[in-house]
Amino acid sequence: MYDSQPDFFTRLTLALRAFGRILTQSDFASDVLRLDRGESRPPVVEEPPKPPLRETSPDSALQLLALLQQEGRFVDFLEENVAAYSDAEIGGAARVVHEGCRKVIHDYLHLEPVRTEVEGAQLTLPAGFDAAAVRLTGNVVGQPPFTGTLMHRGWRATGITLPKIAESHDVRVLAPAEVEL
Amino acid sequence: MSEARYAVGIDLGTTHCVMAAVDLNTSDGDEVVDRIELIPQLTAPGSVEERPVLPSFLYLPHPDELRPEDRALPWGEPQPLVVGELARGMGGRTPIRLAASAKSWLCHPGVDRRAAILPVEAPDEVPRISPLDASIRYLSHLRAAWDHRHPDAPLPEQDVVLTVPASFDPAARELTAEAAAAVGLGHLVLLEEPQAALYHWILAARGEWRKQVRVGDIILVIDLGGGTADFSLIAVTERDGALELVRIAVGDHILLGGDNMDLALAHTVRAKLAESGTRLDPWQVQALTHGCRHAKEILLSDAALDAAPVVVPSRGSKLIGGTLRTELTRAEVANTLVEGFFPEVAASAHPAGRARAALTKIGLPYAQDPAVTRHLAAFLTRQLGATRDLAGFENRAPDNASFLHPTAVLFNGGVFKAPSLLRRTLNILNSWLATEHAPPARLLEGIDLDLAVALGAAYYGHVRRGRGVRIRGGTAKAYYVGVESAMPAVPGMEPPIEALCIAPFGMEEGTQAELPPQEVGLVVGEPVRFRFFSSSVRRHDQVGAVLEQWQPDELEELEEIAAILPAEDRQPGEVVPVRLHAAVTEVGTLRLEAVPRVGAESWKIEFDVRGEG
Repeated sequence: MYDSQPDFFTRLTLALRAFGRILTQSDFASDVLRLDRGESRPPVVEEPPKPPLRETSPDSALQLLALLQQEGRFVDFLEENVAAYSDAEIGGAARVVHEGCRKVIHDYLHLEPVRTEVEGAQLTLPAGFDAAAVRLTGNVVGQPPFTGTLMHRGWRATGITLPKIAESHDVRVLAPAEVEL
Repeated sequence: MSEARYAVGIDLGTTHCVMAAVDLNTSDGDEVVDRIELIPQLTAPGSVEERPVLPSFLYLPHPDELRPEDRALPWGEPQPLVVGELARGMGGRTPIRLAASAKSWLCHPGVDRRAAILPVEAPDEVPRISPLDASIRYLSHLRAAWDHRHPDAPLPEQDVVLTVPASFDPAARELTAEAAAAVGLGHLVLLEEPQAALYHWILAARGEWRKQVRVGDIILVIDLGGGTADFSLIAVTERDGALELVRIAVGDHILLGGDNMDLALAHTVRAKLAESGTRLDPWQVQALTHGCRHAKEILLSDAALDAAPVVVPSRGSKLIGGTLRTELTRAEVANTLVEGFFPEVAASAHPAGRARAALTKIGLPYAQDPAVTRHLAAFLTRQLGATRDLAGFENRAPDNASFLHPTAVLFNGGVFKAPSLLRRTLNILNSWLATEHAPPARLLEGIDLDLAVALGAAYYGHVRRGRGVRIRGGTAKAYYVGVESAMPAVPGMEPPIEALCIAPFGMEEGTQAELPPQEVGLVVGEPVRFRFFSSSVRRHDQVGAVLEQWQPDELEELEEIAAILPAEDRQPGEVVPVRLHAAVTEVGTLRLEAVPRVGAESWKIEFDVRGEG
């Protein structure tokens, strides 16, 4: 932007350039028209600020999945077609999955219920309760304190300690192929 | 070593290692600040976790098997060998490259413990490792883990206490100390594991222990770990009005532990599967052993259950289709585990056979008789006279007693996490006591069965500074060398051997035995071997005593010892008369020297001589 008044030569080249652009660019032409009529430029519509969404690193997700597979054959279980088997057969395999995955959850995560009350109990949520930790359902009207029935206690991870991994370790290999020699 | 900040206890176990520390600056008397040191280790390729225990397994990977970066530890260069959890995991799939039970090999007089013999079943191209080297690797890992966490207080500058089974012979103790010295821990002290467990019990009771035992008590410590059964007797005495503890006896080296029990259960279930036509490959057997251990724990902790499911997952990715499902019944646990390992026997029972034949594996002299209770009965019977000379105990045992009567029992080791096995062992002991009209033994409780030895060892490092009760007792054995008797030779018969006592029972750390009056001849420039014996019951033999005959279970023959006189300024072949001098070092190892009649020099006598000459 020019702070001082443009001189004649500058004004001449500007007029010639504007002449060309008014003929060829309709946006530019309408802006010049507005200037000529003495209208002010419409305010630029501010884009609403983007909600702060972030990408999470897939590394720890893959690492946890590898642990669940290693200890509890989790991926094998989910990827298998259970329709072909009887409940007893699925139940036998489920013990492997349950025992192993439970070990992983207990070894690497520290979990506790969000609410300590017994499910089915009446409880009261004061104003300012943490909406991320307690979800309201059903007849959600009025103002807090809210009184309702605890349907699910919720789970909260209060700690997670995953194994440290080597710099170049490929976490995408959830379970290596095994070749017996 | 007065600047040590920590007392560090290291339990170098047959199946796992644990490291604990007591902060000496903030601990005082019974107020002790202690903790288990977490040990970073590979748990999967390229994945490092901190765990309270380091499995005592060593895996020797093929060059193409693991990328160097997947062997990286938080400290330094990737090691060529894998130690700990990953080693155990990989070894399950490839047993030919797994070195395990190095500690049992360290106390195996039948092999050269400095020779690269592990893994025993490895094919020729796998570079093997010696039992001593394997121990060095575990200690080296522990030291690196410590130094990484405590850069200001490196391990060699701390008061380190390393535990050994009470039944370890002098050669195994010396090899353990040698392994420690190889990683810079030359100043450590050895402590017997059952004593370490008792120290932990004293610590855990926080001063209340003085109310739980009284003068005249005889505490039996039963330590049943993954690979060994270890017994000790500790008497409670009084000196200057204060309670004092004296370790009066230790048991034989018995290779029998929790791993044998899990294996036995797995064999039972495998036989059951085989009857129905299902054969398992080695990978599945390992999974079955794991499953049986889990099922056993369920059955032993819940008396209402009649059976617990055992599942052997498929090896391939088809989990549901390939998984074998069976169950472990209460009857099988009762027959295999309870009746097999803890049978109700009389106090006069003796284990069948000497511990020489293999129970499960070629090579190691596993106990031939799996019955823990029979080994215990034999131990108590042999130690009947253990308190005869102890002040205050002279008239304690009734004249008609057939075995030593313990008044309290401390159990240690993972096996006793099953309360029913602990209770059964105690009940059998109490039934023996009832037969001889003695009161039942009290149960001493409150220790952590997996971690007590390391924690107790760290506490002992604190106690050694004069800040708590110490267990006295010295060496639990007297030592003898075999000398040929002066009888005229009889053709076709070996000249009879007499046993010359060179180290009496109960030598304390840092003390020396007297010089025996007898001399033996050493040949200059040649190794001269002596037969070597120990006795855990002959408490009265003094240095120089000569036994012409003895009962078979009085003396146990150990591996030969050898002295080599360097030729220096003597003629090779010359015979030099020497006397054999014994001392117990500050570390806690036995040291034997040949001392000539003249001159100030002396020569060390080696215990572990198999690889030489």
